Amino acid sequence: MLPEISLNILDIANNSIRAGANLIKIEVRISRESDILTVKITDNGCGMTDEHMTKVSDPFFTTRKTRNVGLGIPFLKQATESTGGDLSIESSLCKGTVINASFGLSHIDRMPLGDICSTIYTLILANQDIDFLYIYECDGKEYQLDTRDIRQILGDIRFDAPEVAGFIRNYLKENQWEIDGGNSF
Amino acid sequence: MKSLEELKAIRETMQAQMGLRKEDSNQTRIVVGMATCGIASGARPVLTALSNIVQEKGLTNVMVTQTGCIGLCQYEPIVEILEPGKDKVTYVKMTPEKALEIVDQHIIRGQIVSKYTISEIVG
Repeated sequence: MLPEISLNILDIANNSIRAGANLIKIEVRISRESDILTVKITDNGCGMTDEHMTKVSDPFFTTRKTRNVGLGIPFLKQATESTGGDLSIESSLCKGTVINASFGLSHIDRMPLGDICSTIYTLILANQDIDFLYIYECDGKEYQLDTRDIRQILGDIRFDAPEVAGFIRNYLKENQWEIDGGNSF
Repeated sequence: MKSLEELKAIRETMQAQMGLRKEDSNQTRIVVGMATCGIASGARPVLTALSNIVQEKGLTNVMVTQTGCIGLCQYEPIVEILEPGKDKVTYVKMTPEKALEIVDQHIIRGQIVSKYTISEIVG
């Protein structure tokens, strides 16, 4: 069981990477008024067949050859349902996959969002040939980080150059603070 | 709100420097397993620590990257070091602290930290 929503996001995004996506959109939206926290991950990877889709929340199904269990999606599904939320998956072969997870924000069983900045930072730095669009919204205010914009400014300078990596880290942290006023969810 | 404007200034200063990092065959790769098993065992802080230390020490020929499940879930977090012309070294049950030790001893000084290698721990 992954104890933070942000670790689950990291896990699901890795499915997108394995699906060969070169653009992964990660949206985290929090609304205290509607008492809901939603996570949406959209990729342009290879997608899944209908048959695969029906099996994906079964823990004893996996595409891996090393072992015959796959726990990522079942974990997340269970975590959403235990807070009155749900998890839905839409996928079309060769076009990509959309995962939508919703949680009851104030539900006692909702795991914390956790260190979402670290998740996004790790994904960007360790997968520099993939583009990420990250959107964080809290009570109607939002900010985004689009690596395509960064790439356009930087040209062939790598994201793991210390100055750039430091910028990305601060950008995530400071803007999140601007949006949610330092509240941790 | 912080904007991307600052990045333009960063680019200007960096372009003035010579020897920008490019992916090439002489590069050392540090690979962290980031499947469900790795993440559940604490791979994210390990990767963050590695990536920060590599930047701090200015190790321009080292790239920190991630991979999926290596198939040894019980030994996660796993870090593999791939140096050009050398055998791959696999470190298991990593923590951010151990990872820093490996950068210091293995990457910078060229000494494999045997006590954390898979052959030492698994036998």
